[in-house]
Amino acid sequence: MKILKQILRTGIVTEPLQSEVSAEIRDVGAKLDEVIRKRFRGSLTIRQVDAGSCNGCELEIHAINNPIYNCEQFGIHFTASPRFADMLLVTGPVTRNMEIALRRTYNSTPPPKLVVAVGDCGCNGGIFGETYASLGGIDKVIPVDVYIPGCPPTPIALLNGILRAVGSR
Amino acid sequence: MSILKDAILSAIGPDAKFDGRNYPASMDFCTVPRGKFIDTARAMKKANALLVAEWSADESPLGRGFGVYACYRWGAEYLIVKIELPYDDPIFTSISGKFLPAYRFERQMMSLMGVVPVGHPDLRPWIKFEDWPEDAWPLRKSFDASKPMPRVEGEYNFVRAEGEGVYEIPVGPVHAGIIEPGHFRFQAVGEDILNLEERLGYVHKGIEKRFESLSWQEGSMLAGRVSGDTTVAHSLAYCIALESMTGCLVPQRAQWLRALFLERERIANHLGDIGAVCNDAAFAFMLYQMSRLRELMMQTNHKLFSHRFIMDRIIPGGVSVDIDSGGKEMILSELKQLLKEFNRLMAIYDENSSLEDRVRDTGILIPEKAREICAVGIVARASGMNIDCRMQNPFPPYDRIGVNVPVLIYGDVNARVYIRIKEVRESVRIIREILETLPTGPTSADCKIPAPDCSGFAAVEGWRGEIVYWLQSGPNGEINRCMVRDPSSVNWLGLEQAVLGNIVPDFPLCNKSFNQSYSGNDL
Repeated sequence: MKILKQILRTGIVTEPLQSEVSAEIRDVGAKLDEVIRKRFRGSLTIRQVDAGSCNGCELEIHAINNPIYNCEQFGIHFTASPRFADMLLVTGPVTRNMEIALRRTYNSTPPPKLVVAVGDCGCNGGIFGETYASLGGIDKVIPVDVYIPGCPPTPIALLNGILRAVGSR
Repeated sequence: MSILKDAILSAIGPDAKFDGRNYPASMDFCTVPRGKFIDTARAMKKANALLVAEWSADESPLGRGFGVYACYRWGAEYLIVKIELPYDDPIFTSISGKFLPAYRFERQMMSLMGVVPVGHPDLRPWIKFEDWPEDAWPLRKSFDASKPMPRVEGEYNFVRAEGEGVYEIPVGPVHAGIIEPGHFRFQAVGEDILNLEERLGYVHKGIEKRFESLSWQEGSMLAGRVSGDTTVAHSLAYCIALESMTGCLVPQRAQWLRALFLERERIANHLGDIGAVCNDAAFAFMLYQMSRLRELMMQTNHKLFSHRFIMDRIIPGGVSVDIDSGGKEMILSELKQLLKEFNRLMAIYDENSSLEDRVRDTGILIPEKAREICAVGIVARASGMNIDCRMQNPFPPYDRIGVNVPVLIYGDVNARVYIRIKEVRESVRIIREILETLPTGPTSADCKIPAPDCSGFAAVEGWRGEIVYWLQSGPNGEINRCMVRDPSSVNWLGLEQAVLGNIVPDFPLCNKSFNQSYSGNDL
C-alpha cells in the first residue's frame, strides 16, 4: 500500500514543469523520438563500454535512465550484449589493459554500428594523456562517429550527443 | 605517548629511528633496518594495529635506493615504518603472513616497482598483465612512461577447483550493466560458490606515474579523477596531504565548505547505492525513487557550484567556490524535502518482506574476517568495526560538529544498506550544522611548493571509506611519488570472502552492496 501511495504521490516526474532543464529535455527528446522512430523503427539499442573511465561518465549515463530524463521514453534502451546493439557508447581513456576487450566488443557488434566517444578522456585521453598504460581517446583503437566532450558530460549533453549520432549517417 | 610507537620500541629498541619531518601531529614515522621489517609487523599485529597501506618509492633522485613503507593504524594513531633497499638488491621480507591486505599490496609493489617480497605465497603479477614485458616496472624512475609498451606472450593462472560437478564461470571484463570493467572467476558446484577470484587491473591508467609528471596544482585535478564517484574526497585527501607538507593554513570557511561537499557526495552516492541494491533484488521501484532523489541533489550542485559532482572545486589551499545565503536556503529546503521522502521510502524498505528475504543473511562478511582484511568504511562498519576518520582524525569542522558513527555486526547485505541509510540521515544533520556555523572570511589561502625531500600524509573518510594519500617531494620540490590508497584496495578482498557459500545469482547483490571502485583500485 505504501508503495502505491508513494507512486501516486510522486506522480510522473519525467517532465517537471518548473524545472529549468525540463525544456531542454523536451527539446532534445522530441528530436530524438522523431529520428529514432524514423531510422531505428522506434528503438535504439545501446551497449555501454567502459574502456578505462574513472566512473564519472558512467554515473551520468546512469542518470539519463533516471525518471527525470527517462531516455526510454524516446526509444533508447541499454542492452547487456553488444550483439544486439545499434550503438556503442564508449568512455575512456582506452587503457592498454582494456584495448583487446574493446576491440572484441566492437567486432561483436553487427554493422552498421555507431560509435560514440563519451567524455574528455574518451575524446582525447583527457588528463590521463597517452602513456604506457593509457592509449588516449577511443579513436586510437576503433573508429568513432560522434564525440561528446565534458568531464563528465551532463545528461543533457549525452542526450544531445546521441541525437547527433543517430542523425549522422 | 603513543601506543604504536611504544610497541615498536619495545620490540626492536633503538634500531627504530623516529623522526618527525613534516608529518601531521597524529603521525609517527620511523626508519628501521631492512631485516627488522617483519619484526615491526609482528609487533604491530600484537598491538592489534591494522595495516592501512604498504607501498614503495623510487628515491634515486634523492640519492637513495628504494623506500618500502608500511602504514599502520590503531584507533586515531597512524604510524609509518620505512625500510631502505639498495637499488641493485631490492628484496625484503614479506609481511603478508602477518597482515592479509599486504598480500595484494606486495604483489602490486613487485609488479609495478620491481621490489621483491621474499616469502610471499603468490607472486603472480597484479594490475600488471601477463602481456606486459616482465621488466616493465612503471614506477621506477628509469621507466619512460611516454612510450607505448609492446605486448608479449604470457599466461595468467587462475586458482582452479577440481572434482565431480565443479565448474567455472568467467565473468567480464565487459559486464552486463553500465559499470566498470573487471574479471571475476567463480568455481561453483550447482549454484553454490566454492571460490571467487577477482582479477582487476583493466582500468589501470598509470595514475601514480602520471602524478610524477604534473605540477602540484594539476595533481589535485588528477586526484579528483582517480575515482569519479569520489572526486571530492580524493581531491580533498590530496590537498590535505599537500598542505601538511607546506604548512599552508586553510581558512576556516574553506574547511567548512570542504566538509559540506564531502557530505553531499556521501549522501548522493549512498542514495544511488541503496536504490541499486534494491534493483538487484528485483525491486526496481526503489531504484527509480532513489535515482530521482539523487538527480535532484545533482541539479542543486550544478546550480550552486556549477558542477554536478563538485569536481575540481577543492584546490590546494582551500576551495574555488563560495555559497551565499540564497544557496544556503536552497540546500536547507532541498534537504528538508529529501529527508521527508527518504524516511517514507525507508519505511517501505523495512516492510517489504520479499526484499528482506534477499538481503538478510546474504553475503556475510563476519567481523573476524573484516578485521583480518583490515576493512575500512561502510564495509567495516557493517561488520562490527567502529572506524571512521571523521571521528578518529577529525579535521575542522568535524572536531566541533562530531559524527555519530553507525556500527552493525551482522555483515550481510542488509547491514551494508543499513549503514548507508543511517549515514544519509547523519550527513543531513552534519550539513545543517555546517550551514548554521559556517564562518565568514576568505575561501582560499596561498599554497606554496613543498621543500625538497619531505613527505605528507592524509586520511579522509570518503563515502566508501578511508582514502589515504602519501606524497613525497623530489630534490627540486616537485612530485617524486604520490601513493593513493582507495578503500577499494582492501575492501575488494572482503567481497571474495563474503560470497563464499552463497549462490551465484546472489553475487550481483553482494557486489552491489560493497560497490567498490575499479578505477580507484587499478589506478
